[in-house]
Amino acid sequence: MTGKKNPWGGDSGKGGDGDKPTGAQDGDKPKGPRNPWLPPGGNDGRRAPNIEDIFKSRGPEGPRRSGGGGPGGPNFRFPQRPGGKSWFPIAVIAVIGIGVLATSVHLVGPQQQGVVKTLGNYTRPLEPGLNFTAPFPIETVDIEDVEGVRSVRIPGNNNQAKLILTGDQNLVDLSYIVRWNIKNLEGFKFRVVDPVETVNEAAEAAMRASVAETELDETFSGQGRAAIEQDVRERMQATLDSYGAGIRVLGVEIEKADPPAQVVDAFRDVQVAEQNADAARNQARGYAQQVLAQAEGEAEAFDKVYEQYRLAPQVTRQRLYYETMERVLSQTDKTIVETGNVTPYLPLPEIRRRAQQPTTTVTAPEGQ
Amino acid sequence: MTNFLQNHRTAVIALGVLLVAFMMSAYVVPEEEQAVIIRTGEPVGVVNTPGGVTDAGLYLRIPFIDSVRRIEKRLLDLEMNDEEVLSADQQRLLVNAYARFRITDPVRMVERAGTTEGVRNALEPILNSVLRQELGRRTFQSMLTAERGSALANVRANLDRQARQYGAEVVDVKIMRTDLPEAPLQSAFRRMESDREREARTIRAGGSRDARIIRAEADAEAARIYADAFGKDAEFYDFYRAMQSYDATFSNGENPSESSIILSPDNEYLRQFRGRR
Repeated sequence: MTGKKNPWGGDSGKGGDGDKPTGAQDGDKPKGPRNPWLPPGGNDGRRAPNIEDIFKSRGPEGPRRSGGGGPGGPNFRFPQRPGGKSWFPIAVIAVIGIGVLATSVHLVGPQQQGVVKTLGNYTRPLEPGLNFTAPFPIETVDIEDVEGVRSVRIPGNNNQAKLILTGDQNLVDLSYIVRWNIKNLEGFKFRVVDPVETVNEAAEAAMRASVAETELDETFSGQGRAAIEQDVRERMQATLDSYGAGIRVLGVEIEKADPPAQVVDAFRDVQVAEQNADAARNQARGYAQQVLAQAEGEAEAFDKVYEQYRLAPQVTRQRLYYETMERVLSQTDKTIVETGNVTPYLPLPEIRRRAQQPTTTVTAPEGQ
Repeated sequence: MTNFLQNHRTAVIALGVLLVAFMMSAYVVPEEEQAVIIRTGEPVGVVNTPGGVTDAGLYLRIPFIDSVRRIEKRLLDLEMNDEEVLSADQQRLLVNAYARFRITDPVRMVERAGTTEGVRNALEPILNSVLRQELGRRTFQSMLTAERGSALANVRANLDRQARQYGAEVVDVKIMRTDLPEAPLQSAFRRMESDREREARTIRAGGSRDARIIRAEADAEAARIYADAFGKDAEFYDFYRAMQSYDATFSNGENPSESSIILSPDNEYLRQFRGRR
């Protein structure tokens, strides 16, 4: 009965030694009442046997131990709890209890949903809220975020050009994003081996099919893109529904639709050409406006003068003539040559020279 | 503990034996799987097959004699590598397809193919050749367009017929990618490039054509305006315009003495100058 090396249950014979590992008890000795399990005034010699007695008479293992134990028996014991009972059953129950609690109480978030499998067999869904199931391994629970939107970008992050053949046998460098969530968790869990991969493949097949029915230029235009997006979404949904995959395709967004890098220069040149053509048209329009304005102006001016001319044709004509001659001759070198037998001397070089000095030229010929 | 074991040795041993026996004979078939029970090499039962009577759950078997072969119940994926397919008009195309199938007759599958991997290995070359045949009957253009749908329906039907022999059912065949092989790819790029060059040239030409037309129209309109105005009195216009012209030609405001005029006294302008009447 008496475990010699037992660190907790003190030996009655060598109480001092036995208590050494729990040395605090030595210090506690004078303050006996602070130990709740010790009767007040108990001394060292009395305490140990008392615990043993309690253990022997009340402990669940007490009778067994007294029967089969004895010297040479196992020395290990769980720490004793107040009253001398072993912690062992408590610990076992606690572990089991925690396990049961952890596997049978399920808090399902507002955007989550769960499935319950009873011995592997799908039995019921778990709706958001607090749910109870039988503990593991009888019932297992899978909880998934069903409302949360998952998105996948195709092609992946490797950023490499993914060329897709268009209906007119051209190639377009296309990347797009598919957004989806779980429509039906049961289908998502139990119908398809790899739902995520399935989404990717369905997206790819749908996109290629859809682009193959579209002309290259349409894939660049906003309207064409919208049509493709819509078409791909519908195709994907039909495919996934036919698999019973329990997936809802929320949307497909084309992120980029570009000409392949190899021919991008040629495409840019088309844009440049468009701008050049526009520029040429604009210039021509400018010219047209100028020409028309000038024509209108001149016509108007002529009309005005003509109006006056009609009132007094002869006078107006003479006036215009003299005014013009005045303007013309006042600003030019004039030489008047008398007719007759005089050979005229034309000082052309001189005139030219004088032409270099405009200040004198105006007056000089007039003096002649 | 030891006391307990010693006291209830028989009970403990019996319990242990029972537990071990239970562990050995019980098996759980989860929702995602189906199972074939093989008794000394002979399939004797199935659990949780698609459309079968049994359901997923806990089942018992005879230890050592019955073995349980678990087979995926969910939809499986059969992916084809890039294959070069020759179209009816002798164009090459890299095609990549996938099929989705599920095991519907696990007993036959176990007998004929062993594992799902075996089914895959058996179906892959069939998918390849069926696809090649079917697409080979079509033109390149129709491979790209909606007709592809009917081709794939044929492929699916063909493949399904073959797959039934392995206890599988083909749910869907889809072409994932159709790409051009390297050489045609380069020529496609060249074609796209020349297409664009042509387009650019057309656009530029269109621009200059429009510009020319716009100018010509403006000129014509201006001419009409002039004619309308000046046509009222052609003789006066001649005089008026001549005056303008002299102005513009001789009285050049910026350098006035560019021109020299030699006048004869007979000149009309000098009529009064001479004092003659």
